[in-house]
Amino acid sequence: MSNDAQSRTDDDSTFTEVQQSAEFTDLRRRFRSFVFPLTGAFLAWYFLFVICAAFAPAFMSHKLVGNINVGLVFGLLQFVSTFAITIVYVRWADRHFDPVAEKIRNHVEGGGQA
Amino acid sequence: MRSVVVPMATQVGSPAVNITIFVIFVVVTLAIVLRASGKNKTAADYYAGGRAFTGRQNGIAISGDYLSAASFLGIAGAIAINGYDGFLYSIGFLVAWLVALLLVAELLRNTGRFTMADVLSFRLRQRPVRIAAAISTIVVSLFYLLAQMAGAGGLVALLLGIDSKAGQNLVIAIVGVIMVGYVLIGGMKGTTYVQIVKASLLIVGAFVMAAWVMSKYGFNLSSLFQGAVDKTGSGAILDPMKQYGKSTTTKIDFISLSLALVLGTAGLPHVLMRFYTVPTSKEARKSVEWAIWLIGLFYLLTLVLGYGAAALVGPAEINAAPGKANSAAPLLAYHLGGTFLLGIIAAVAFATILAVVAGLTITASASFAHDVWGHVIKKGEGSADAEVRIARISAVVIGVIAIIGGIFANGQNIAFLVALAFAIAASANLPTILYSLFWKRFNTRGALFSIYGGLIIALTLIIFSPVVSGKPADAKTGLSPSMITDASVNFHWFPLDNPGLVSIPLGFLLGWVGTITSKEYNAKKYAEMEVRSLTGAGAEKVVLDH
Repeated sequence: MSNDAQSRTDDDSTFTEVQQSAEFTDLRRRFRSFVFPLTGAFLAWYFLFVICAAFAPAFMSHKLVGNINVGLVFGLLQFVSTFAITIVYVRWADRHFDPVAEKIRNHVEGGGQA
Repeated sequence: MRSVVVPMATQVGSPAVNITIFVIFVVVTLAIVLRASGKNKTAADYYAGGRAFTGRQNGIAISGDYLSAASFLGIAGAIAINGYDGFLYSIGFLVAWLVALLLVAELLRNTGRFTMADVLSFRLRQRPVRIAAAISTIVVSLFYLLAQMAGAGGLVALLLGIDSKAGQNLVIAIVGVIMVGYVLIGGMKGTTYVQIVKASLLIVGAFVMAAWVMSKYGFNLSSLFQGAVDKTGSGAILDPMKQYGKSTTTKIDFISLSLALVLGTAGLPHVLMRFYTVPTSKEARKSVEWAIWLIGLFYLLTLVLGYGAAALVGPAEINAAPGKANSAAPLLAYHLGGTFLLGIIAAVAFATILAVVAGLTITASASFAHDVWGHVIKKGEGSADAEVRIARISAVVIGVIAIIGGIFANGQNIAFLVALAFAIAASANLPTILYSLFWKRFNTRGALFSIYGGLIIALTLIIFSPVVSGKPADAKTGLSPSMITDASVNFHWFPLDNPGLVSIPLGFLLGWVGTITSKEYNAKKYAEMEVRSLTGAGAEKVVLDH
């Protein structure tokens, strides 16, 4: 199907073997336990902001310095958190995820003999 | 008070300058597209630019695709008129990229080849899932396309001084023809280069304007805000809910919109397709990283542009202009740099529409040719050459539909069309993509339930929402701001403008219900998909130059 364009040395049983290997299940566990909580966190943080904007106008309109109010700072913090999560994730993936994924990939594409 | 007098009520600047700068852009980009087209031979070239773009190039192109006319003109205008509420849009549009970064981009790149359906149908039954995914792709892309084409009509009225409907329609047709030309000649590679040029111009243009605005206020944001407050005569422009605070219903509507924005992006087919233009999942990650920085920077600039337009031009003048809120950024350009800067910004805005329309066309045509023709009609037996031929023919057909639809949509509410595209993407596509990538048990019935369910529910709720009929008539004109302007026609029963709050959870729920009521499960294909998605084993490689 979607890999018809390339020659393949592996077969379906290789994938099943790899999927059940300790190395792969560990990679999957590490990936999911990194990205799922992070996703939950940024969504919660975003909706906290959205709900404050809709239902806590007095809080959001409170002036901090000059014309800079809580709403603006809260909004800019959403930019900061988005940039921060991007940096943290890319660094984690480059250092801790890619090396293991690459090792398993070479194993699979080498036809099962590492 | 005004230092610059607007020459006529319906037009600013010099149409000749605007047209000249725009024509230069078209000629330069066409030359780039022609150069890129020399190597356009295989299906991977046409659909995925040979998978040879770097993460940085693709990241710039993604921001080009994403920063559509609705983003650039729409958000700057929304801030100028509605203040803080406009800023809220841009935050939703940005945060949404984290979904793509963390959950979708890399896994999608590793698993699929050309389209969203490649991933959704990987371990499910090919025909029904591909048809469903193609329908959803084409519907979302068409709504997005209509929004861009309708935007072109309004922009033309302002910038070229073309007031007659016939004249505007002619320009919509010209935009459509140039866009089909880009797609036919350049394929994905050509379209990507156009996006890169356009995104660079857009970001540089916005930066120059924002710096110019800030220099007028001593680079003090608080003084800029004071200027906006003085001009509008009220501090409300700095506080949330100027637009959405009328009642609890409008506040819930705002939350519904926020949900659709944050979950819709990672389900937009033309965004997903861009992840196939890079050689590896690592480059896909880098693409999103670049896109987040550029899009974030751009939205920070629009904050300055929006309040700058409020302070220097003023909502009264903006609302009196033909494009209303959409004309805030062009009017600000005229106010700052006169005819020449207006010409530049006008050309950038046109380029934006042109490039986004080209990206949408290639996505919809690829989905038809690759999913429907290649896998459903030909059952995967058709030759790649024939498939690319079909894709080119479908691009022409979609171009014609976009031109005709754009003529009908001319004058329609652009934000509504875009919000609808996001709501459908979040309700139909995102649940199916996430389940497919992360839920072992997921199966064909689940996919069909979530795609068709999400699509039908979102469309139905929109049809019976106040967006289509039943908003109270405007006191001055006697017309309803709904799509059906006759205030006596009212068949709405759904209270919200945006269906996301209801349709997105239902999309997820239906995918779950469909899955648990079917026993289908393909352990072997799931093993292959999971290993491929995380490690990139067996993923499509870069196409080397021939």
